[in-house]
Amino acid sequence: MGSFNLLVSICLIYVLALFLIAYVAERAADRGRFNFLRSPLVYTLSISVYCTAWTYYGAVGSAARNGLEFITIYLGPTLVFIGWWWVLRKLVRIGREQRITSIADLLSSRYGKSGPLAVLVTLLAVIGTTPYIALQLQSLALSFEVFTTSGGEEAPSPTSTAFYVAVGLAVFTIVFGTRNLDANERHHGVVTAIAVEAIVKLAALLSVGIFVVWGVANGPTDIFTRMDPELLNAGEIFNKRWLTLTLLSATAILCLPRMFQVIVVENDNERNLATASWAFPLYLFLMSLFVLPIAIAGLSTLPSNANPDLFVLTVPLAQGQSTLATFAFLGGFSSATSMVIVASIALSTMMSNHIVLPLWLRVNASRNPASDDVRLLLLRSRRVSIAVVLALGFLYFQFTGGTGALASIGLIAFLGVAQVLPAMIGGLFWSSATRSAAITGICVGFAFWAYTLFLPSFGGSFILTSSTLANGPFGISGLTPHNLLNVQINDPLVHAVFWSLGMNTFVFVLVSVMTTPSAIERLQSVQFINVFGQISARRGITRSTPIEDLLVLAQRILGREEAMALFKTQAVAQDTDTPLPDPTSEFITTLEREIAGNVGAAAAHAMMGQVTGGAEISFEDMIAVADETAQIMEYSARLETQSTELAQTAEQLRTANDKLTELSKQKDTFLSQVSHELRTPMTSIRTFAEILRDSDPLEPEQLNNFASIIHDESIRLTRLLDDILDLSFMENGRVQLHMETVPLSKIIDRALTTTQAQVNDQGAKILRDADAEKMMLYTDPDRLSQVLINLVSNALKHCGADQPEIAVLSGIYGDQLIIDVADNGSGISKDDIEIIFEKFAKLSSKVTAGSAGLGLPISREIVKNLGGTLSYEGTQNGAIFRVALPIANEHQQAAQ
Amino acid sequence: MHERVLLIEDEPHIVEALSFLLTREGISVSTHSDGIDAAQTVARLAPDLVILDVMLPGKSGFDILAEIRQAEAVANTPVLMLTAKGQLRDRAAAQAAGASLFMTKPFSNKEIIANVKSLLK
Repeated sequence: MGSFNLLVSICLIYVLALFLIAYVAERAADRGRFNFLRSPLVYTLSISVYCTAWTYYGAVGSAARNGLEFITIYLGPTLVFIGWWWVLRKLVRIGREQRITSIADLLSSRYGKSGPLAVLVTLLAVIGTTPYIALQLQSLALSFEVFTTSGGEEAPSPTSTAFYVAVGLAVFTIVFGTRNLDANERHHGVVTAIAVEAIVKLAALLSVGIFVVWGVANGPTDIFTRMDPELLNAGEIFNKRWLTLTLLSATAILCLPRMFQVIVVENDNERNLATASWAFPLYLFLMSLFVLPIAIAGLSTLPSNANPDLFVLTVPLAQGQSTLATFAFLGGFSSATSMVIVASIALSTMMSNHIVLPLWLRVNASRNPASDDVRLLLLRSRRVSIAVVLALGFLYFQFTGGTGALASIGLIAFLGVAQVLPAMIGGLFWSSATRSAAITGICVGFAFWAYTLFLPSFGGSFILTSSTLANGPFGISGLTPHNLLNVQINDPLVHAVFWSLGMNTFVFVLVSVMTTPSAIERLQSVQFINVFGQISARRGITRSTPIEDLLVLAQRILGREEAMALFKTQAVAQDTDTPLPDPTSEFITTLEREIAGNVGAAAAHAMMGQVTGGAEISFEDMIAVADETAQIMEYSARLETQSTELAQTAEQLRTANDKLTELSKQKDTFLSQVSHELRTPMTSIRTFAEILRDSDPLEPEQLNNFASIIHDESIRLTRLLDDILDLSFMENGRVQLHMETVPLSKIIDRALTTTQAQVNDQGAKILRDADAEKMMLYTDPDRLSQVLINLVSNALKHCGADQPEIAVLSGIYGDQLIIDVADNGSGISKDDIEIIFEKFAKLSSKVTAGSAGLGLPISREIVKNLGGTLSYEGTQNGAIFRVALPIANEHQQAAQ
Repeated sequence: MHERVLLIEDEPHIVEALSFLLTREGISVSTHSDGIDAAQTVARLAPDLVILDVMLPGKSGFDILAEIRQAEAVANTPVLMLTAKGQLRDRAAAQAAGASLFMTKPFSNKEIIANVKSLLK
């Protein structure tokens, strides 16, 4: 019988034995005989799934290459179990309280039962675990090859070996991993088989070690004397790489999906942890005990080109110990298979709960989840997922084709999954950690991991080219994957840990501080962080929920018997008359957790929501409502402020409106006055025009007179229109002043020249003061003379004296220039004084009868625009109009 | 016997025009240009018709009309009112005050002569 066939037969027998053990364990569990199954020893041994083929074979390889560095892989978990057991205890307690099914479910549940986060972590886990599964397949294929070639036979290709192993593992995992739907119900068969495998691998390694020390060498002293002293100096102990590796392996025990599966999900009893906290480190110690001796033996007895990763097999083979070698092979086989089985169970749970089921719920959103057989869907999706996980591992193995040493692939995968750590630790201990922070932190860390470590691991054959690896993308050296921003970290792994976990943590903390957790996140964070302190945070108000619907849903997901059992227990606990419990909020909460044990927190929450149709008002909902109420109150406070502002605006508008109404009235009055003022000359023009047209025999004298009247009235009309426009411009402040420095005399000269004809008509006498008029004045000469023309003209028109005298006198009084226009008439009556500056004022006195027109209003506006005042300073001896202009003006001062 | 019309109006050109027109029609025209003592002039002259402007210095045409209607001797004298404002409000006020006719400036010569003649009949 050839050694290959022998080996295959032994493997088959071994696997059959495992099947048997698993089967017996399942039967025992079904009958309720848990004594052995729930023992802390089985629990501890199942945790040894940590020791994969990588540890089994690779540790010796690592020791042969880098001396004591391999210890870090055992050191990290040992520190966690001895020093951080309280973190593990918290995880286990939360896992039981919240019926957590996976690491993805843990984060999703903690961060408000977030679907997207669960998907993200699931994808991360799949990407991080696939290389690891490939690694197991590779080690199995290699060990097969070594074993058979050493027997002189032609080995089958590694690919076909890996393929058959993958298929076999898929079958085993599907049979024992999906017997029960409830991921939270322990897989007793699988766990027991894993425990047996743990014993096999430990026993195998110890046997090889004992053989090496006492069979090959003559005891411990002898074996270490054979050691090349350089070996212990190969890696500097306790340098950056040491710390990094220890950190990574410690992280792995918390974050790897398969570790979470065995430590948290498969845990029956919290007290098991107490045993594991010393027993598991002891197991690791035993696993590591003979690593160095085997490495020394391999280096000293085997040819220098022998692969150190296979010393565990090749040392006994070289010594002709084929039985021991076969045992050693079985140890490696156990290491690889146990890892693959647990990892694929963990991943398939995540994939079906967080990807397949939410998609199904979304597609069938209108359907009641109880009305379809979700149970069957879940079972199928889990089985398919297991096959998919193993297929991915196999494809990865084939694609990379043995790139790099075993250890490096394992470390890459470790770091990928380790990106969950900040969100996980933050979620357990920091109440301000938010979902957005968890998602962004993981994404950022994942991106850095992929760029600095994962993609470069393909050596330039996948996405990143070799030139990019060497010189950075587009030749930008600061972006070189192994040397971002030239941080001078030579070890690519340390470099990647620094960037990915560093940026992940930084972003996680930053976003947490910047964002506010939602109500449900806050509630979950309390349940997680205070898991040991609380009794029940969920109290709610319940209205009638159809209990039958809940039963149907529970039967579909938990299974008929288990659902009935749960409902009966609850009914008894509630002391109801019927066999069914009342749908109290406690019951609904319990049921949701039970269902969450099968389908994950987010999906369970969604399903229960669909069945209860919002009939249940949970504490979370109340918090959400309270939040909304607070928002509404804030909003109404804001509304109140706004309505006050509105009232003020309305008041302002009313005032403005009153002002506008007043202005509108003034405008109407003004238009009415304008109408009157225009109609009067028009009447004369029309009447005389008709007379001229209709009367044939007119005296030439009459003809001339009437035509003159028409002419004069036309001029009056034109002037009136000019004045109206002028005043309108002036009142709107649209007047343009053309300031210049001129002698006052020039302005008065111009005014008197314009009114010369009128002066001559009336035979009036003009008085002036030539000395005072010499002063220079900075003003608009046209406008000022227009004022004086108006005043002189008015004085001539309304003076009424037999010998009219008009005085234009000026002088400086204080900081003012005063120009008085006085006449020797009877002055203006008291009644009229008040209205003379109004437009079209009707004066009452006989002498001054008629409309005052627009002259004075215009004059007053002009003086106002020049910064001065126009007033009436009447006396009994005649009228005096006074123009007062400011002279405190540098131009004027200069002119003086 | 010529009919006698008293024209109470402050615009000299309009006075001149109306005097010319009415005189040519054989009507005797007296004029008065101030609002304050207009009613007294009416009482004193007792004309057959009063042509009264609304906007007069010192007193409004409406007030003068009211005074005329209250003076027993001349209370029934027909009054033709002239206004340059042309607003409906003025027309209503004129009717309330007892105006016989109301005309808006500018007016047609033919129309005012016809109105004067009809009021004199």
